[in-house]
Amino acid sequence: MAVSVDEAVSTGPARDHTPPARRFGRRGRSLLEVALLTVLAVVMLFPVLWMIMTSIKENRDVYAIPAKFFGFTVTMDHYRDVFVAPDGGRSALSVSFLNSVVVAGVSTVLATVLGVPAAWAYSRFGMKAKKDQLFFILSTRFMPPVVVVIPIFLMYRQVGLIDNKLGLILIYAAFNVPFTIWMMKGFVDEVPSEYEDAAMLDGYTRVQAFWRYTLPQLVPGIAATAVFALIFSWNEFVFAIFLTSSDSVRTAPPAIAGLIGGTTTDWGLVAAASVVFALPVLVFAYLVRKHLIAGVTLGAVRR
Amino acid sequence: MSDRGLAVVFTSPALLLLLAMSVFPLLWALYLSFTDYSATRGGPAEFVGFGNYTAILTSEQVHLRALTTLIYVVGAVTLQTVLGFGIAYLISRRTRGRGALTTMFLVPMMLSPVVVGLFWRFMLDAQFGVVNSMLGSLGLGQVEWLTRQRTALLSLIVVDTWQWTPFIMLIALAGLSAVPKYLYEAASIDRASEWFRFRTITLPLVWPLLLIAVMFRAIEAFRLFDLVYILTNGGPGVSTETMSFHIYKVAFLGFNTGTASAYGILMVLVVIVLTQLYLRYLNKLKEG
Repeated sequence: MAVSVDEAVSTGPARDHTPPARRFGRRGRSLLEVALLTVLAVVMLFPVLWMIMTSIKENRDVYAIPAKFFGFTVTMDHYRDVFVAPDGGRSALSVSFLNSVVVAGVSTVLATVLGVPAAWAYSRFGMKAKKDQLFFILSTRFMPPVVVVIPIFLMYRQVGLIDNKLGLILIYAAFNVPFTIWMMKGFVDEVPSEYEDAAMLDGYTRVQAFWRYTLPQLVPGIAATAVFALIFSWNEFVFAIFLTSSDSVRTAPPAIAGLIGGTTTDWGLVAAASVVFALPVLVFAYLVRKHLIAGVTLGAVRR
Repeated sequence: MSDRGLAVVFTSPALLLLLAMSVFPLLWALYLSFTDYSATRGGPAEFVGFGNYTAILTSEQVHLRALTTLIYVVGAVTLQTVLGFGIAYLISRRTRGRGALTTMFLVPMMLSPVVVGLFWRFMLDAQFGVVNSMLGSLGLGQVEWLTRQRTALLSLIVVDTWQWTPFIMLIALAGLSAVPKYLYEAASIDRASEWFRFRTITLPLVWPLLLIAVMFRAIEAFRLFDLVYILTNGGPGVSTETMSFHIYKVAFLGFNTGTASAYGILMVLVVIVLTQLYLRYLNKLKEG
């Protein structure tokens, strides 16, 4: 590290004698930093705040010019419209939310069930071309979705998986498996293999040893990994819009996107639907905040 | 069961899924890229050799989309990196409230591109959008953000920056908090200036991590599709059509499946080559 010592030699008085002017400068700078941070935080959070405000405004206030920040009438009508259709039945949006729950949930379970044992195997055993296998697994995540969606579309058309929840579940699971393996391999690496060795000396088979000793220690890691997979499937849009079309199969992202277009857009409804849709993600993200870095980079950057 | 057998049993289901859903489609796209297949016309695909590839590589339209994509990727990633690192630096200098601040700044990153696109489309509306409303109350003129060619691309960059600055911030913050404290202590004993400390201690230590973050962002930005689809739908005209969006148009609106596949394969190749070069550079940097 290039920290030069020479710099210090010639300078004057002892270091605790900071002149008052300079001390004030430091204080001023600190204030400036806080101010800057506040401005940045406001800018980053304003759009979210504005969406929440829009979702509880009456329509005439939504389109008010100039925009109304205060003093509008609060209404929950838009939230009711998200869940209840005008004729009193279930709205198309609420059906799509339910589809999202099913698709994201099942694909996450599938990715976890396939990914965790694989991660354990990659962590514990020497294998032929292990590094190449792991790199191959990671590389499947780097393809542009638009490129993959063309052959997937043709393939699904052949086997009847177009406009089918199972089709979405399979493709989301395939997209989450690489992530699950990379992330979980890191967690398994941190559990000493001596536990398993000891258990095997006691007469357990290797699978039993994994099941009884290693797996319980992996539970927090599995939970964090699953939450990331869940968020990814929940937010995914490209495959969802090209592989589904009917209201009964569509997940929430294309359904919400479908609210715009046409001649008029009910922005109050869009805002309410977006807020409802974003809420679970924010809760989940808060739960895994400690693992965020490993999560968003597929475990490629570990702390 | 032997360890070897166990390894095979545990890894093969995952590998099979990947083969079926990623490798097979990619190979199929590779095959289609050499044919004149059209998903609507159907019928047997005629082999056309490298015809699709030469058509793509010599197409004026594609050159224009490549330029748009380049402007967007460079603009957005640069902005995000500067802002993200700046915020991380400011946060790292606070002793209190760090966790809360970080969590707060992360919100945009967790949202679905659909929600983000819609948020901003609403806010940037020329008539009743809150952005123009605020500009108006400051006495500034109105801007047609999404309906003018130049401002539309700028809007796209701004929105992407809004969503992904937290990503760079998160990684920069990890790098910043990993800098050993004793280095700063040593520097302060030496009465090194703030700027000197930043330049000789902080930056060199965070730099490699920051470069990895930039790579991740650049790959993602290069293949951007959903935000364009929601925010501008490629318009006005073709001013915000990125390459991914163009592929979609060729494949699903023009139904030139073969051409679109060749286009996609070329994009994948670009990503692979550039990533490899970049990683090689990163490794050199680490050794040096």
